[in-house]
Amino acid sequence: MTNLPGENLHLPEGCMAGIAMHELSLLENVREILEDHALKQNFCRVTKVTLEIGKLSCVEPEALRFGFDVVMKDSLAENAELIISELAGLGVCRQCQQQMAMETLYDPCAYCGSLLVTVSQGAEMKIKDLTVI
Amino acid sequence: MCGICGCGQTNNTGKLKPVLGQHQHVLKQDHDHSHHGHAYDHHSHDHNESERLIKVEQDLLSKNNVYAAQNRAYFQQHHIFTLNLVSSPGAGKTTLLVETIKALKDRFPIAVIEGDQQTERDADRIRATGIPALQINTGRACHLDAHGIGHAVMELGVKGHSLLAIENVGNLVCPSSFDLGEAHKVVVLSVTEGDDKPIKYPDMFHAADLMLINKTDLLPYVNFDVGRCIHYARQVNPDIQIIQLSATKGDNFSVWTDWLVKRVKPELND
Ligand SMILES: Nc1nc2c(ncn2[C@@H]2O[C@H](COP(=O)(O)OP(=O)(O)O)[C@@H](O)[C@H]2O)c(=O)[nH]1
Ligand SMILES: [Mg+2]
Ligand SMILES: [Zn+2]
Ligand SMILES: [Zn+2]
Repeated sequence: MTNLPGENLHLPEGCMAGIAMHELSLLENVREILEDHALKQNFCRVTKVTLEIGKLSCVEPEALRFGFDVVMKDSLAENAELIISELAGLGVCRQCQQQMAMETLYDPCAYCGSLLVTVSQGAEMKIKDLTVI
Repeated sequence: MCGICGCGQTNNTGKLKPVLGQHQHVLKQDHDHSHHGHAYDHHSHDHNESERLIKVEQDLLSKNNVYAAQNRAYFQQHHIFTLNLVSSPGAGKTTLLVETIKALKDRFPIAVIEGDQQTERDADRIRATGIPALQINTGRACHLDAHGIGHAVMELGVKGHSLLAIENVGNLVCPSSFDLGEAHKVVVLSVTEGDDKPIKYPDMFHAADLMLINKTDLLPYVNFDVGRCIHYARQVNPDIQIIQLSATKGDNFSVWTDWLVKRVKPELND
C-alpha cells in the first residue's frame, strides 16, 4: 500500500493496477544516488534533477513527475525541480541492417518488415546531472 | 557476516526483510518520510553559496546493478544456476517449482527464494517438498531487488553445483528492470491470460530468455491462440526460447526439466 499525495490513494496489492508503484521504486533509487553523491561531493541540497528517459524504457515520465515530490519529501532534494529529457527510440534491423525510429519494443523493421530489430537507443533511464548547493 | 554484498549487516530475525537502501535492511512500510533522511532535514545555516552543476550520468538502477553483478559473480564461482521466475499472479510459478523439485531433487541440490508482498504461503509449499526455501516479504515493494537476494542466498546457505530458483512477485512490470544476478529471466504465461500479453508487457518479454506457456491442458476451454502468442513474443524478443507445458498434468514437462538439467549439469552435455 502506498500513500500518494492529496487523498490517501490505496493502490491494490501487486502493482498490476498501480503501475506508478514501479516509478516510485525507481525514484527511491534516484534519492539514494543523490544521497551518495551528497556525501562524496559535499553538498546538502539539490535544487534541480535532470533525468534522461528513453522512450523504450519501462517508465512513464508522467508517473515519475507525479511521484517525484512524494519520494523527495524530507530528503536533500525536497522541492527540487525535475527535468525529464526524453530520448527517442532507435533500432537496427538484423536482416537488412537499416536503422530506424522505434515507437515500441515490438515495431517490425520499417524497411523489410522483419521482426529481428535490435534496440540501439531508447532503453536508457539515467540521472544526467544535478544542480546543487 | 554478509558474504556477498559486504555490508556487514546480519539478520537474526530469521525472516529476511527486503532491502532498498544500502544499509536499510528494514522496509519503510508506511512511507512516512519523517522518520528518515534526518541528515538533510532543517539545516540551520543559510544557503548563500552559489549553485553548481554536477554531472552524474548514472543509471537509475546502478545501485541494484552493482549488487546484481556481485550476486552473478558469486553464482558463477559456486556454479549456482539461478533463474528469476516472473509472471502475473496465478500463472503457476509455485506449482511449476513444486513439480520441478519433485522431478529433479535427486539429481542436484535445489534451493528456492520466494518473493511475495505479504504471506509465507508459497515458501511453505516449497518446504513441503523437503528442500530449503526462504520467503522475502517485499511489503509494498512490488519486486525483489539484488541486495535482498544476496542476503537470502547467504541465509539459505545455497550449495554449489545447484539450481537456485527465485520466484519473483507476481507482476509483469517492475521485475523486468531489476536484475537479481540470475542467469536467465523465465517468464511464465498461462493460457488463461490472453495471447497478447507479450505485447501488453513488452519489457518483460524482452528481458526474458525463456517463456513457459503453462496450463496447456486448458487450451480446449479457452480462447488462446498459441501461434499468435509465440508470434507476439518473437516480435518483442526474436531470441526468446519457448516451451509449452502443463505443470499440473505434466504434458511436455520433461522438455523443461531437460532444459534445466543441461544447464545445471553442463558436464553431462555431449
Ligand atoms: N489447469 C492447470 N492449472 C494450473 C497449472 N499450473 C498451475 N495451475 C493452477 O493455477 C493456480 C495458481 O498457481 P500458482 O502456482 O499458485 O501460481 P503463481 O501465483 O504463479 O505462483 C493454482 O490453482 C494451480 O493449481 C496447469 O498447468 N494447469
Ligand atoms: Mg506463487
Ligand atoms: Zn529490415
Ligand atoms: Zn547487505
